[in-house]
Amino acid sequence: MMSDLLTPLLLPLMVATPLIAALVSILVGSKRLRVGISLLFAILQVLIALGLVLFLSTYQSAIRYELGGWGAPLGIDLTVDGLSALMLMLSSVLVLVLSLYSSQYFSHQDSVRFWPLWWLLIAGLNAVFLAADAFNIFVALEIMGLSAVALVSLGGSRAALMSALRYALVGLLGSLLYLLGVALLYRAYGTLDLLMLSTVADHNPLTWVSLSLISLGLLLKTALLPLHFWLPAAHSSAPAPVSAVLSALVVKASFYLLMRFWFDVLSPATNEIGMTALGVLGAVAIIWGCVAALRAQRLKLLIAYSTVAQIGYLFLLFPLATASGSSMINAGTIAAVVYFILAHALAKAAMFLAAGDIQSYYGHDNINKLKGLVLTLPMAVATFAIAGVSLIGLPPSGGFIAKWLLLESAISSGKWWWAVIMLMGGLLAALYIGKVLSIAFNQDIDRPTVHRPAQNRSAFYGFTLAILAVFCGFNTEWVLNLLEVQFERPLMTSGGVQ
Amino acid sequence: MTHDLLFSITGVVLIGIGLFGSVASTHIIKKLIAINIMGLGIFMIFLSTARHGMITDPIPHAVVLTGIVVAIAGTSLCLWLALKIHLLGEDTTEEVNANDV
Repeated sequence: MMSDLLTPLLLPLMVATPLIAALVSILVGSKRLRVGISLLFAILQVLIALGLVLFLSTYQSAIRYELGGWGAPLGIDLTVDGLSALMLMLSSVLVLVLSLYSSQYFSHQDSVRFWPLWWLLIAGLNAVFLAADAFNIFVALEIMGLSAVALVSLGGSRAALMSALRYALVGLLGSLLYLLGVALLYRAYGTLDLLMLSTVADHNPLTWVSLSLISLGLLLKTALLPLHFWLPAAHSSAPAPVSAVLSALVVKASFYLLMRFWFDVLSPATNEIGMTALGVLGAVAIIWGCVAALRAQRLKLLIAYSTVAQIGYLFLLFPLATASGSSMINAGTIAAVVYFILAHALAKAAMFLAAGDIQSYYGHDNINKLKGLVLTLPMAVATFAIAGVSLIGLPPSGGFIAKWLLLESAISSGKWWWAVIMLMGGLLAALYIGKVLSIAFNQDIDRPTVHRPAQNRSAFYGFTLAILAVFCGFNTEWVLNLLEVQFERPLMTSGGVQ
Repeated sequence: MTHDLLFSITGVVLIGIGLFGSVASTHIIKKLIAINIMGLGIFMIFLSTARHGMITDPIPHAVVLTGIVVAIAGTSLCLWLALKIHLLGEDTTEEVNANDV
């Protein structure tokens, strides 16, 4: 069948389109053309991701593609299953909205440097979600990480450069730890292919050590407390669309890999103690991140600390995925966490865009000086509030569904005490979002110097994302359906040359 | 066999030195050098898996070559950033505090 032959081609296209976009945006001279081409490619990406999602949900089978027909172990293979298709869909939609925002955010000078790096970042991101072997993941992580560092440094200030440099060093260290784990895996099993590894991986000390090293490297990149020290500075000093993509997608990419390794590729080597330890760190991150967000003086810093807290929730997956004394993975918990990823990505990107509007309007983002914000930038305040609803986890938002599913699995697996942490986290989130809103609505001042509502289309994009974050709470069915293609082995193999 | 063992041990020692240096030293350039040393150690461990009796396995070589390219890219990006910071004034010792950025 025609469609069956062509569908696997969507996989390499998903990586090739951003790479081509990166090249073209270097070559093109005029800003308008560069932006136009980028938007075109962003739309193309959404269509490709949509195609993959539709194929997977219709045929309920994962896809594997061998680049150039070489095949594992020498060639580069790409795979997609329900989870990665969902991540690709999320990233391509976010990238489209963020590209629209960026098309107005950057001056000509910055846009020359921004677009090629932006597209390289997306290429790395997509490659992480599609990679079929452990070493290609390393390469994809590095492409993503290095372009993220360069994007953070676009801020240009000394603080931005310092945080970019620290981000780079942490990223390199994380990648090397990951690579060391992969080297040990290769030594033990003689293969780097994730599918092969998942069938041969065993419960032994060497596998356990390599899982620990891989996890440590990825935890550094995911910024789980106490390895989060680089995140607030890097995420808060980057340009707004970059902050948005870093918090929404880049930390999620390494978390996605953690999920892959712990529940799929190396699941025999995992143990209860490790799972619980990750959960405890997550719980501490929730509380600590919220408290730090409450104490933050700058809006973007507050949002960045809120990311630290929200990452904590993701790690509750590890203790809650299995019921006490059983090794069966609870699909409900996985769905909850994936929902968390979706809802947080949309809400957090929306918040960073709102903060970007505020910063470019006022020239600063000092929370205490934002009195009367609702008069000058009503759209930004609305965006912040709606995204906040999802972060706190109030119905009917996506964040609510995510927390609900997570609470449900905490109760059903008999580990109810994790639920206490989740509820406390929600309460604290309400506090820091309420703090910002109460200042924004405080009109008890001599009118701000400029009090006409700002005329900018860019406010619309953040608002769209915030609405999407709430809206994804209305339609849970298709997400849960798609996830059913999640941890199955790829059934369909297809290559350029058989 | 002994060669493989020697490679592995050297690799482990290099990783130890690099890991210690990257955590313990406060100077950015020293950190960067330490990370590179650690990278070399990891490459050696990878290479030590290449020989199976008389046959040489090409995959570790391909992997290490790619790894070297990645390491060069990362190192040069870090050096460029360090240079930019240096040109903006003051030294490159680590001093960024998350709260005052």
